[in-house]
Amino acid sequence: MRPEILTLLIPLPPLLAFGLIVLFTNRSNRLSHSVAIGAMLLSWGMAMAVFIAAVTAPHLGEHPIELSFPWLPTGATALSIGVLIDPLSAATLFFVAWTCLAIFVYSVGYHNYGQPREAHDRAGLPPHGGGLEPMYARFFAFISLFAFGMLTLVVSDNLLLLFVGWEIMGLCSYLLIGFWFGKDSAKKAMVKAFMTTRIGDVFMLLGLAYLYSATGTLNYRAILANEEVLHHLATTPAFLGLSIAGACGILLFMGTVGKSAQFPLHVWLPDAMEGPTPVSAMIHAATMVSAGVYLTLRMFPLLSAGWEEGGALTTPMLVVSAVGAFTALFAATIAVAQNDIKRVLAYSTISQLGYMVAAVGIGAFVAAAFHLITHAFFKALLFLGSGSVIHGMEHGEHETHAHTDPQDMLNMGGLRSKMPATFWTFLIGGLALAGFPLITAGFWSKDEIFADAFANGRLLVFGTLALAALLTAFYTMRQITLTFLGQPRTQAAGHAHESKWTMTLPLIVLAVFAVAAGWAGIPEDFPLIGGLLPNWMHDFVGGTLLEHPHPVAFSPIPLLTSIGVSLLGLLGGWLVYRNAKAGAPDPLIRALGPVHTLLKRKYYFDELYERFVVAPAYWLAETFTYKFLDGKVIDGVLHTIALVAGSVGTYLRRYIDLPVVNGAGDLVGESIKRAGRGGRVIQTGRVQGYLVVGVAFVALLLSYVLLVRP
Amino acid sequence: MIPLSWYLILSALLFCVGAFGVLARRNAVGILMGIELMLNAVNLNLVAFWRYLTPGLIAGQVFTLIVFAVAASEASVGLALIISIYRRRSTVVVDEINLMKW
Repeated sequence: MRPEILTLLIPLPPLLAFGLIVLFTNRSNRLSHSVAIGAMLLSWGMAMAVFIAAVTAPHLGEHPIELSFPWLPTGATALSIGVLIDPLSAATLFFVAWTCLAIFVYSVGYHNYGQPREAHDRAGLPPHGGGLEPMYARFFAFISLFAFGMLTLVVSDNLLLLFVGWEIMGLCSYLLIGFWFGKDSAKKAMVKAFMTTRIGDVFMLLGLAYLYSATGTLNYRAILANEEVLHHLATTPAFLGLSIAGACGILLFMGTVGKSAQFPLHVWLPDAMEGPTPVSAMIHAATMVSAGVYLTLRMFPLLSAGWEEGGALTTPMLVVSAVGAFTALFAATIAVAQNDIKRVLAYSTISQLGYMVAAVGIGAFVAAAFHLITHAFFKALLFLGSGSVIHGMEHGEHETHAHTDPQDMLNMGGLRSKMPATFWTFLIGGLALAGFPLITAGFWSKDEIFADAFANGRLLVFGTLALAALLTAFYTMRQITLTFLGQPRTQAAGHAHESKWTMTLPLIVLAVFAVAAGWAGIPEDFPLIGGLLPNWMHDFVGGTLLEHPHPVAFSPIPLLTSIGVSLLGLLGGWLVYRNAKAGAPDPLIRALGPVHTLLKRKYYFDELYERFVVAPAYWLAETFTYKFLDGKVIDGVLHTIALVAGSVGTYLRRYIDLPVVNGAGDLVGESIKRAGRGGRVIQTGRVQGYLVVGVAFVALLLSYVLLVRP
Repeated sequence: MIPLSWYLILSALLFCVGAFGVLARRNAVGILMGIELMLNAVNLNLVAFWRYLTPGLIAGQVFTLIVFAVAASEASVGLALIISIYRRRSTVVVDEINLMKW
């Protein structure tokens, strides 16, 4: 089959699976997960075929796999939809398909398929102690729809279809975060996630509309691969001293800020941990947050319109790099002080996304795409691993009837021997996240960003990211040490056990990628091992851009920095936490004092937003809109209108309707009635009476005719 | 020869007697008889005019014959009605037959 058609078909199986599960198979758990995984497998197969076709195609950047047809005629032009596989979307498609498939398989084990359903488990609440999830089929329906949204977004050839996929994912993340809607916190988290991303989405939609009005199309290639259009956009001033390209770029980037949880819209992502763990992996690694970075990468030509490689950054690039670098450091500091195993990962995700965004901002397009891919693999691995840990802890809790928080890392410890598969894969993921030198994928991609930042003299970004990398290594090792090393600190941890193969198999597959994905992007001039493998990432993904970016010259400073911060952080994390005792407070509390509290409370951002955004919004809704605007103004106007209309009506009735109209009508009826009543007197019914009258008239007539007239 | 006016006066008197009977009799049969009288007064007129004014034409006599036929059929229908009313209401007094009253 032609790759264009195949590409068009990639997103459809999960959508079909969603419909099938929702409408027909939802009674049968076995059928539902078979349908969902089968569909995902089909999509995965097609994605791999397309990927291979894309990789082997010569000059994919100039001649991408493309298919487009008109969809929505609007006046003289038509909005068209279509598919586009260029190097960037091919690479994205690759990791999306793999991680989605892994997550689908993992979900089977995570939701305890094969176990009987416990009698006291209710739909909308997490099952207790290893019982089957009550809404098992529904979960697979939701993640199928989610996968559809992401695949649509990736294969789309225009911003409109991308936005469609984007919003489908927004809906699904809402549904999935609130999957256990019986929990109050989950309910709040789902609304928070939806509302927060909505803010970004509104700006993004504005950007789309603006771009459409400026260029008359939303097709990537028509805008981004067209130097005339880009030049026009970059030189036409819009407002606030920005060019159209700058304004659109910043507006579209706002969408990324919401979706990829960048500062200041980062608050929803940690709370999104309320959902089941596969959902966390879905949202935080494979799909939604990647979508944000993917959009920024996609829009890179727009953001950098008018920028010469190595020259001064454009305004939107400055904004992007500043937001990214700040977020990277900011989220890393928060992650240090979190005790919830999934929350640490959530903040680490925010931080890593900050890396990518910052990389795009400083023009390191390839490095950002590289980190996006490697991060997707190792972060999905870490999330699924943490799910496995929580699963094991819950099991231990169930056995010992202890009541400890199964997600609190201070309650864990010593899981290394209980859950070996989870431990080793988690270790690989953690080391990749920390950027452990040479063997992990995270090292190569992060190193690429450092090298780029350093070589182009973005020292502020470089320093910020290096500091963030130090913290990353530290909290990663803290997490590993607290969770897996040492002795069990609670009974539950002591009785934890390894998860089923459906959960560990995806971990192993992802672990392979968490190591191997890095080999795709080893710089050519790296000492000793450079050039052994071709720098595929640079050659292939770099071809997305109109001008193939130049590889950065090797420099030992960023490399040593990268290795240094990574090892230092890992060592620090191990030293501080290796002797953590049961019930003892976090050693950092003594060392940092009030700063630790500040970090633990996430810089009070939730409270800040609660105070300055949510509370005023409630006030606005309750006091201003409801009580004043609705109750006083609108109701007042309505009441006044009603009063006026009522009195006019009364007046009309009293002085017009009753006397004139009714009077006239009554008069007619009444007078006819009276006339009839008067006239009926002569209607005696006696024939002879009538005859007398008749004769009298004839007599009168005769006398007139005979006597008067002649 | 008796002048025409005598016949006419007789016929007028006869008509008046009939008309009075129709208007004043309370018995329906009497009213019917009054009508017969009025018709015969007309017949007398017709015959008298024919004899004195147009003896050459036969129209007057024919007209009279038609009136006879009409009078006979009218009497039969009228009597049939009266018998029918009598069967239903046991009376032939017209004052009591006031079905047409409002």
